[in-house]
Amino acid sequence: MTTTETTRVSSWRLLARNPVTAISAAVLLAVVVVAVFANLIAPHGINDVDVPDALQPPSGGHWFGTDELGRDVLSRVLVATQASMRIAVVSVAFAVVVGVTVGVLAGYRGGWLDTVLMRVVDVMFAFPVLLLALAVVAILGPGVTTTILAIGIVYTPIFARVARASTLGVRTEPYVAVSRAMGTPEHVILRRHILPNIAGPLIVQTSLSLAFAILSEAALSFLGLGIQPPQPSLGRMIFDSQGFVTMAWWMAVFPGAAIVVIVLAFNLLGDGLRDVLDPKQRTIAEARRAQR
Amino acid sequence: MTVLAVQDLGVRIGARTIVEGVSFEVAREQTVGIVGESGSGKTMTVLAATGLLDAPGARVSGTSTLGGDEPVQLVGARPAVLRGVHGSRIGFVFQDPGTSLNPLLTLERQITESLETHRRVTRREAQARALELLDAVGIPDPQTRLHAYPHQLSGGQRQRVMIAIALACDPELVIADEPTTALDVTTQAQIIELVHTLQRDFGTAVVWISHDLGVIGQVADEVAVLRDGTVVEQAPILDVFDHPRQEYTRDLLAARPVLDVAGPHPISDAEPLLDVDGLDVSFTVSTPVGRSTVHAVKDVSFAIRRGTTLGLVGESGSGKSTVAAALTGLVTPDRGSATLAGADILGVKRSEVRALRRRIGLVFQDPFSSLNPRSRVQTSIAEPLGVHKLVDGTAAQRTRVAELLEMVGLPADFAQRYPHELSGGQRQRVSIARALAAEPDLLILDEATASLDVSVQARVLDLLARLQDELGLAYLLIGHDLAVIRRLSHDVLVMRDGAVVEHRPAEELFAAPEHDYTRALLAAVPPVRPRAAT
Repeated sequence: MTTTETTRVSSWRLLARNPVTAISAAVLLAVVVVAVFANLIAPHGINDVDVPDALQPPSGGHWFGTDELGRDVLSRVLVATQASMRIAVVSVAFAVVVGVTVGVLAGYRGGWLDTVLMRVVDVMFAFPVLLLALAVVAILGPGVTTTILAIGIVYTPIFARVARASTLGVRTEPYVAVSRAMGTPEHVILRRHILPNIAGPLIVQTSLSLAFAILSEAALSFLGLGIQPPQPSLGRMIFDSQGFVTMAWWMAVFPGAAIVVIVLAFNLLGDGLRDVLDPKQRTIAEARRAQR
Repeated sequence: MTVLAVQDLGVRIGARTIVEGVSFEVAREQTVGIVGESGSGKTMTVLAATGLLDAPGARVSGTSTLGGDEPVQLVGARPAVLRGVHGSRIGFVFQDPGTSLNPLLTLERQITESLETHRRVTRREAQARALELLDAVGIPDPQTRLHAYPHQLSGGQRQRVMIAIALACDPELVIADEPTTALDVTTQAQIIELVHTLQRDFGTAVVWISHDLGVIGQVADEVAVLRDGTVVEQAPILDVFDHPRQEYTRDLLAARPVLDVAGPHPISDAEPLLDVDGLDVSFTVSTPVGRSTVHAVKDVSFAIRRGTTLGLVGESGSGKSTVAAALTGLVTPDRGSATLAGADILGVKRSEVRALRRRIGLVFQDPFSSLNPRSRVQTSIAEPLGVHKLVDGTAAQRTRVAELLEMVGLPADFAQRYPHELSGGQRQRVSIARALAAEPDLLILDEATASLDVSVQARVLDLLARLQDELGLAYLLIGHDLAVIRRLSHDVLVMRDGAVVEHRPAEELFAAPEHDYTRALLAAVPPVRPRAAT
């Protein structure tokens, strides 16, 4: 009875209490806003070629400078960020839906289904991430959809593993047994009892995977297998800057910085979410704070 | 001679006072019992008094002096001083012998660890001492057991090993924090005997923490009753039992389940409801050396009549919970039949499963894990209503949930709460309300009150008795505590190793147990009067 007030500290407030997490969340919010309105914010057209103005350093007219064709780097970074974020979000969403479905079914049903699904997942795990992505792109040809599919497939087994492990922990909880004993259909048990109770680790994994998805997309585009020119992409911009690094550092630094900021923010947010959502970690995190 | 003198001990965490003004002394060969309900600060008290308190932000005040030839002040002592004292002059035995031993080390390594740290002994001497200790705590065949791992021992044996470890360096003081709570009654009785013997032989002083006044009565010379971090009563054991001065102590004594209470009125004309015949369940378990079969329930038959309670008693591993699991479809039995008012439960067709499930409600032991932590009380209680399509619309559902909450003695606005906002007793009431939602004929109560404080347990038992009267429910009451079983049961069935040992009307069974095992179980229940009175 007396515990009511003390335990009602919401996850949001705990999240906000950690400055690093709060800043990461704010940065990501800003990135999302910028990405959504990239085309409106961009001061110049992404493909406005202006050769006389090529390779200009950052200035009042071009904050991030211009590239070898005189295109505005800031505008291209903004639009590329939009593309990166879209690919990351859609591919991770794909991975979450497929992976969680597979993992929850395998963990809850057990038996042969578990064995079969998890062996498939093991095989997928055995491939290096980029190699698997390359294989998908090689089969389907480069492009945005392929990139999404490739990254999505690569991250599916991780979600399957996390979901299965958490499900194994939750399915033996007495409240699940009570529900089974009262004749509740399986899909209702999965939706009402299993999913909400495994959400914590999955949310953390989602945040971390988004960071890696941004990196993977950049890597694929760098290799020329992701977003195709003239559409700007962060990885492709870095690739294009290779020949000019000594005379136009801004061509590499700004897209690179965009990748670093987004990836770091997702990673730190993931860590912060883990502290908040995992009760064990939560106590440890609180204890550390109390000791300071 | 005083071994430990605690003066005006206090613990504060942040702005909250956890323990305040606790003082006690314990002398050689003496046992001080600290008794209190969960959250009363018993464990905090001894942890603070021994310098083991490791809660972040905790501040300890007062003094705690370990006496003897070299008195040591334990409150605020430097870590190096405490390391010299812990294990060497103070031994510890904790509640759960399953997790207090390192699963990767042999018993010998675990017993000799503190010896090698504190007493510069050779490996050979340490080994000899370990053997001696295992023998002293009554482990059979100690020579072989020396090289055994914890998982090869039973729970009771593991607790004996814990005691051996605590005694390894011949400490002046042993702190025992609920050392028998996780054990079966017969094992509990043996451990209590063991501690008495060792105390007599070695002269050790003991501080014994328990929520169970019955156990404290068996071990302690003096008792401190703790409530909300303060001592409400502190006196020799007989005075506390015979002349409790505080209302709270009287309540604790009254709430304690004891064997010589009257059971429910016998009902002779009730019609049969559940009929179980020749139930047989076995599991296949995978072990590193291959698959093996555990025969959990062997040819168990019984009947429960409408409006009556069958008490199913047994120690851990006796198969009593498996019976419940078979009846609720959580495990599939190999053989046997079960009918509920004539309808077959076990061989039921898929289409009829749900209708049958509705008639059997289930309440589990642990009120913390039997409710989905992410669902409000409303959602949890309404689950069976939705599954069996018993009410139409949210408004009707709300009304029904409010009705059920009232039935189990909770206010209607609890529907909007989450489980973590409720106390253990309240959660168990919610579990009972959920089990009642589908208007079952039979409730299976699997250790339903075992993890509650005695005062809360007494109220939940009252509630169960009232509900049985009002709704004509039949109960299958599964438990290990014979006193609780006695309170509610019309018939009692004793199980051991999966088989029925004795099955008779409760009155007869408690008056004149026929089987040796039943007698052993009854003898192991702590008597009403403390040991000091005999």
